Amino acid sequence: MSANPTPLHLAVALDGTGWHPASWREPVSRPRDLFTAAYWTDLITEAERGLLDLVTLEDGLGLQSSHFLDPDGRTDQVRGRLDAVLIASRVAPLTQHIGLVPTVVATHTEPFHISKAIATLDYVSSGRAGLRVQITARPNEAAHFGRRTLGRIDRYDTPAVHELFDEAADHVEVVRRLWDSWEDDAEIRDTATGRFIDRDKLHYIDFEGRHFSVKGPSITPRPPQGQPIVSALAHETVPYRLVARSADIGYVTPFDTDGARAIVSEVRAEQRAAGRADEPLHIFGDLVVFLDGDPAAARARQERLDTLAGEPYTSDARIFAGSPAELADLLQEFETAGLTGFRLRPAVAGHDLPAITRGLVPELQRRGAFRRAYEADTLRGLLGLARPANRCAAA
Amino acid sequence: MTSPTTSSKPRRPVKQIHLAAHFPGVNNTTVWSDPRAGSHIEFSSFAHFARTAERAKFDFLFLAEGLRLREQGGHIYDLDVVGRPDTFTVLTALAAVTERIGLTGTINSTFNEPYEVARQFAGLDHLSDGRAAWNVVTSWDAFTGENFRRGGFLPQEERYSRAKEFLATAKELFDSWHGDEIIADQDTGTFLKDAKAGSFTHTGQHFDIHGQFNVPRSPQGRPVIFQAGDSEEGREFAAAEADAIFSRHGTLEAGRAFYTDVKSRLAKYGRRRDQLLILPAATFALADTDAEAEELAREVRRQQVSGATALKHLEFVWNRDLSSYDPEGPLPDVDPDVGDNHIAQGRAQVRMYRDPMATAREWRALAEANNWSIRDLVIHTGNRQNFVGSPATLARTIDEYVQSDASDGFILVPHLTPTGLDEFADKVVPLLQEQGVFRTDYEGPTLRDHLGLAHPDTETEERQAS
Ligand SMILES: Cc1cc2nc3c(=O)[nH]c(=O)nc-3n(C[C@H](O)[C@H](O)[C@H](O)COP(=O)(O)O)c2cc1C
Repeated sequence: MSANPTPLHLAVALDGTGWHPASWREPVSRPRDLFTAAYWTDLITEAERGLLDLVTLEDGLGLQSSHFLDPDGRTDQVRGRLDAVLIASRVAPLTQHIGLVPTVVATHTEPFHISKAIATLDYVSSGRAGLRVQITARPNEAAHFGRRTLGRIDRYDTPAVHELFDEAADHVEVVRRLWDSWEDDAEIRDTATGRFIDRDKLHYIDFEGRHFSVKGPSITPRPPQGQPIVSALAHETVPYRLVARSADIGYVTPFDTDGARAIVSEVRAEQRAAGRADEPLHIFGDLVVFLDGDPAAARARQERLDTLAGEPYTSDARIFAGSPAELADLLQEFETAGLTGFRLRPAVAGHDLPAITRGLVPELQRRGAFRRAYEADTLRGLLGLARPANRCAAA
Repeated sequence: MTSPTTSSKPRRPVKQIHLAAHFPGVNNTTVWSDPRAGSHIEFSSFAHFARTAERAKFDFLFLAEGLRLREQGGHIYDLDVVGRPDTFTVLTALAAVTERIGLTGTINSTFNEPYEVARQFAGLDHLSDGRAAWNVVTSWDAFTGENFRRGGFLPQEERYSRAKEFLATAKELFDSWHGDEIIADQDTGTFLKDAKAGSFTHTGQHFDIHGQFNVPRSPQGRPVIFQAGDSEEGREFAAAEADAIFSRHGTLEAGRAFYTDVKSRLAKYGRRRDQLLILPAATFALADTDAEAEELAREVRRQQVSGATALKHLEFVWNRDLSSYDPEGPLPDVDPDVGDNHIAQGRAQVRMYRDPMATAREWRALAEANNWSIRDLVIHTGNRQNFVGSPATLARTIDEYVQSDASDGFILVPHLTPTGLDEFADKVVPLLQEQGVFRTDYEGPTLRDHLGLAHPDTETEERQAS
């Protein structure tokens, strides 16, 4: 058993009853509980029992759809969801170690609100907060806000999409500056002068961008981690650039080791171009997983769900069906391409999440490739990231 | 619970008191300099406060909101507590460490969008099993707007037209799911009964939106609605739309006048007097004896109004820099600057002094008559504790206020974080319970149950039938 000097990181992506559209029909799935706190608490505490680094929570500002851009009007799949930041907050006091990374849609939200919400998530979780930033190009979601109309978008490489990602980068920049708009020791409680804060340690951020301007400072003091974790899913150059400029973790979707190597080198090149070569940036590979002790059972389950759904499930990420040992092999092979961790998307949350925590994790531990206990109290700590100095204070 | 029906004489039924807890925030009510004062931002403070209020069977916990740090004389105001958490996030986390207490959040209708806010409140209601309430406020100022994207602020005269349309739109979203759409039949494969669940279209002056709301109907149908405006328009808005008012009229006389005024507005909206609760903010000083409580009250007022604080409060009226004055000396002989009040930004108080010259004259006369320094004056004219006394005195006075229709109860704002309610919970609440005017246990699981409000579906049916 060879101890790996840099053990891999593991995240799990939670979305409804799981990523397969027919997952809700599995007996373990509890689809009627999706809007209860108990449902989410059970899943996230299971992930914590497996010592995972973090969970991400999917979200969206409209009903889920099987179409990329439009509503589908289907009634045979899970529809409706709760705000991911709220789910994370609800579960935070009931967990102790696992990172909580809700999805935040940059396109229609106020960075001022998002910044204080994630800072507060960091307070209520004692330093375990992050966010996954996402754009939306869906016209129906824009119509829920009525502030702008989005043109039809069919490719990443169009000016309209560049625009949405630029706006997301500005959004993240504002969120980060607001986190730093209070120095850590701004609260002084100086009874002699009657001053609660040293106002010289609070900073206006005076952000002026193409899409919005924000004055600051935040109404919420700097959160425990200083900077909670920023992450994003990326499939192409434009989103790679967002990851390279703005994130601590990028989730990428390689289909094989060569693909992984190519993606990693492109993201690293963008990182150098963004002047962040010296900063740590995790690149996690995303995989949809069907896990069973017997690999044939996993593949049979996939087929059964596909039959229920009426069509084979396809994904932006590689779909893996097999045993925990096979998955461990694959992850370790992918790791050689420069991925620093993985975000697994359980096909059926009620089945594949326990298979990760009780099957895959022990297998990786046996190989010396995964932690045996939580080694840090904060998400930054688990990811091996230092608590950053305050950028405003340095200025 | 004891019941007045055991009495043979017919008499006015005893009103049940509603009590709530306001986490003390960024005003000078909060005595942060007290050695017992804890963190105002760590979650443990909020958790302690909420658990105490729940132990005392309070109706709800209340959070205020401010979206820009206050400034005075062009600098961030540094004498009071500065900083607070995000309302939705901390209330949702509190739902995890409490079981029954209502969770009321102040959320602005100017710097938000209805789809997002409705989603968050519906989510809070789901994640708390029906304990969410929304205090709809209407601050509009450009100063706060500087923290937000496009069109972050609006003219003062439009604040209620946007607020009304915001709330109406949010209610349309809450009502866009009826509650029976999710079948989730695993055998037949039907998740939704109706592909159009959540459909809405709203066309109006401020919002022109349509689509499908993506949160199913929440346990309370929709959150309880609070209102906190005081103007004529604010009172009408409350009479038409709110379930409860958070008012600042906590004295007996002002409370009764406000109560009569607002309750009399209900009939024209087809509503009964018990469908809108009036709950003023109230502070208190509690000690073993009345004399000790008086002493404590005096001491707390002195802590709340330091010399520096006194000068800053005088500036609200004078609208000019008074830092060169001695707070222990006489009031300034210069007159207030009657131009637009820009000395203090991000404060509602400033708008209370609509005629600064008159206020200044009145205050000078008061100070001269009583030989008061600036600080004495601010201590005496500023907010006093509404209730001062022993546990028995507090229980009796609060009950008197409620029975004589100065309010339906109070939102208590203690001066200490987070332990400021502990003694009240241990000593005053049991007396109110003995008097038969306060619950000994929660009647039902939801905030609507605590407040005696009907589920919105039942209420709508009643309104349509009447
Ligand atoms: C007791 C009380 C508490 C209030 N709390 C808040 C608050 O926390 N945040 C806020 O933005 N406005 C708050 N307000 C302001 C009001 O909601 C309203 O926006 C303001 O008073 C203007 O409306 P009006 O002219 O009808 O009074 C409060 C008002 C009152 C009376």
